[in-house]
Amino acid sequence: MSEFVYLYRGGRRAESPAEGEKQMQRWVSWMQDLDAKGHLKERGQPLEGEGKVVRGKGRSVTDGPYPESKDIVGGFSLIEARDLAHAAELAGGCPIFDADGVVEVRPVMKM
Amino acid sequence: MLDEHLFRRESGRIVTALSRIFGLDNIALAEDVAQDVFCRALEVWKLRGVPQNPSAWLMKAAKNRAIDLLRRERTASNCVPELGRLLTSEWTMVPTVNELFSAETIKDDQLRMMFTCCDPRLSEDAQVALTLYLLCGFTIGEIAGAFLSKNSRIEKRIERGKKLLASSKKLFDLADVELASRLSAVHRTLYLLFNEGYHGASRTAVMRTELCREAMRLAALLLENDLVASPPSYALCALMWLHAARLPARLDSRGNLVPLANQDRSRWDARLIERGNDFLDRSASGRELSEYHVEAAIASLHSSARDGGPDWERLLWLYDVLMKIRPSPVTALNRAIALAQKDGPERGIAAIRAIPASEQLASYPFLPAALGELELRAGRADRAREHFQAAAALARNPMERRFLESRAEAAIPV
Repeated sequence: MSEFVYLYRGGRRAESPAEGEKQMQRWVSWMQDLDAKGHLKERGQPLEGEGKVVRGKGRSVTDGPYPESKDIVGGFSLIEARDLAHAAELAGGCPIFDADGVVEVRPVMKM
Repeated sequence: MLDEHLFRRESGRIVTALSRIFGLDNIALAEDVAQDVFCRALEVWKLRGVPQNPSAWLMKAAKNRAIDLLRRERTASNCVPELGRLLTSEWTMVPTVNELFSAETIKDDQLRMMFTCCDPRLSEDAQVALTLYLLCGFTIGEIAGAFLSKNSRIEKRIERGKKLLASSKKLFDLADVELASRLSAVHRTLYLLFNEGYHGASRTAVMRTELCREAMRLAALLLENDLVASPPSYALCALMWLHAARLPARLDSRGNLVPLANQDRSRWDARLIERGNDFLDRSASGRELSEYHVEAAIASLHSSARDGGPDWERLLWLYDVLMKIRPSPVTALNRAIALAQKDGPERGIAAIRAIPASEQLASYPFLPAALGELELRAGRADRAREHFQAAAALARNPMERRFLESRAEAAIPV
C-alpha cells in the first residue's frame, strides 16, 4: 500500500443549509466508506478560503492564494491505496464532483 | 447520522440569541452570522465527520463568532441599550455572551421572541410567517411552499415584520402589562401554524408534518414558563397532541387520505394521546373556557371512541359550546355533521344549508364533501356524486383531490 494526498479544489458552496446538509451527508458517507475499506489514513482538515502568499527574495506578502476560486484548495485527506491508478479510482466517489469541484491525487514521496 | 432538522431548529435558537446581543434592529446581522456558522460547520463536518453533539458545536461556533464581532466593533452602537455596557467592556463581555447562550436563557428568549413576533400591529398571517422565519428557521421559499403563496409576497410580509420588530428594539418582556393579550395572539398563531400543517394547502406531506412539529415544539415552550403556562396553553397543547396522534393513520399505504371514521385506530399514537389527555386534565383549572379547551375535548372524545364512533350527543353539545365561544363556518359545518350522526342525514343536510354563506366556506372542499356523504346516506347517489365532484374541484392538495374523486366514483349507482 502507498500513501496519497487528496487535495480538494474548488466546488460550489451550498446555497442553503438544506442543500449543504445533503452535500455533507454524501461526504460523510463517502469518508465512512473509505474508512471501512481501510483507505482513510487521516481525515485531514478543511481550509479557510482566504490566506496570504509570501513570495520572492523580498518576501512580498499578498492576499491569496489564488484569484480564481475554482482553484482554491478547500481541504485535504491522506489516503492509502495500491497505486496511483487505484487512488484515482477511489477519488471518483468523492461528492465534490456534484459541485463542479476537482480532486487532485498526489502520491506521497517514498523514502 | 445528522438530524435533518438540526439547522432549522438551531437557526431559531441562534438568531434569537444573536438578536439579543445585536438588537432587533440588527436581525439581518444575526441571520448572516447564523448562516455563516452553518456553512462553516458543513465544511468542517464534511471531512472531520459530524460531532457527537452537533447542536452544542453550532452554539459554540455562533457564540465565538459573536465574541469576534463584538471585539472587532468595540462599540456599543450595534448592541441593545440594555446590554451595551456589558458587551463593550472586555471584563464583562465574554461572561455576558456566555450567559446569553446558556440553555435556560435561550429558552426564555425564544419565548420572548415568540411574543415579539405576535405583535398586534401585524396581521395574523404575518405573525405566522414571521414566527416560521425567525423561530423555526424556515426559508422564504419553504414558507411560500407551505402556504401556496408567492415568494415575493412572503418576502414582503417578512420584511415588513422585521421592520416593525426593529422599531421595538428589544424582545417583548414577559412582565409587560400586555402579556395576557399577547399570549392569546401567540396561541392563535401556534394554532394556525398547527392547522396549516394538519389540513393545509401544502403539496407535500413532509412539509405539513414539519409545520405540526414546529407548532408543537413552540407550544411546549409555553408550558415551561410559569408566566405563560396558563390553562389555555395546556388546552392548546392537548389539542395539538391529540390531533398529532392521528397523523400516522390519516394516510393509507398508498398515500391516500383516510377519513376519521375509517382510520385504523391501532395506528394512532397511544403515547401522544396519553400526553394529550394529560394536558387536557391540567388545562381544567381557572375560570376561562377557551376555544382550545373545547376543541381539545372534541379531539379527546374522538380519540377514545370505540367502533360505533364517538358519543354524538356529547360531541354535538361541545360543538354548540364552541359555536358560542368562537363561531366559525367550519365549526358550524362540523356541528351539522355531528347532528346528522345523531338525528339522521336529512337533519344534517338542513343544518348545512342553514349555515350563512361565507367566502371561507365557498372554497372549502369539505362542505360539498359533507353534503355528498349525507346525500349518499339518504340514498340519493346522483346528487352525492355531483357534490363530490364539486368538492374535488376545490381540493387544496393532491391527497384531497384523489380522496374526493374516489368518493365521487364510489357514488355511481349500480
